[in-house]
Amino acid sequence: MEKTIANTVLKVNEEGYLTDFSQWTKEVGSTLAQEANISMTPRHWEVITYLQREFKNEVPLSIRRIGKSGVVDIKEFYQLFPMAPLKTASKIAGIPKPVSCI
Amino acid sequence: MSQDNGEVRKMMIILSKATLENVYAAFVLANGARMEGIEAEMFFTFFGLEAVHKKKLEHLHVATVGNPAMHMPTMLGGLPGMEALATHMMKKEMERIDMPDVHEFLDILKASGVKLWACKLAMDMFHYKREDLYDDIDGVLTVGDFYKQGSGVGTHMLFV
Repeated sequence: MEKTIANTVLKVNEEGYLTDFSQWTKEVGSTLAQEANISMTPRHWEVITYLQREFKNEVPLSIRRIGKSGVVDIKEFYQLFPMAPLKTASKIAGIPKPVSCI
Repeated sequence: MSQDNGEVRKMMIILSKATLENVYAAFVLANGARMEGIEAEMFFTFFGLEAVHKKKLEHLHVATVGNPAMHMPTMLGGLPGMEALATHMMKKEMERIDMPDVHEFLDILKASGVKLWACKLAMDMFHYKREDLYDDIDGVLTVGDFYKQGSGVGTHMLFV
């Protein structure tokens, strides 16, 4: 599927996750955040940057791992992205939907 | 038209057993709900209270007797050390798949916004006091109180 954000045609899957991370820009992230009703702050971006780093290092994401990241604790993670934080944050970050149950 | 489109908005999970496999099942369900943006509350009753009992929660075991999925004769499962062995093996596998231990899992649930309630009747029956329980438990409730917690459209209840 395709989706146009900021005059760029992006490849996305049926759930709206980017399928090609190289297409991600901060502007794309901001628009995806707006769609998820999240007003991004510098703190949000720190978490997004961390998720993208983990993705590049091929580390599978889970809530437990986020809690141990030293970047954000679980409580704050839920405050920053209240509804389905790991999924929402991954979508904004332009990385695949996490498959973890924990 | 009803406002309810059938979506799950809140999971009320009742844990009545203290075997490790049941405790983990209930925890994963509660945590999984929060991860999907669904509210979750847990009610610990009867043996399920051991999962939030400070002195007991680190010592929960896998059931080796009366558990057909263990694929061992019941007589063997009852031998001394079998439960400890099975538990040890399961804990090792859990660590491998990044599953936290019971105490850490409770911390994760709390941080994720899951409400944890202890059953008043079971507390009385086992002579447990509030201070015997995991510090961050939200309170001790009657069944009626717990049902009240679950009121609203889109609430589902689950008995483990």
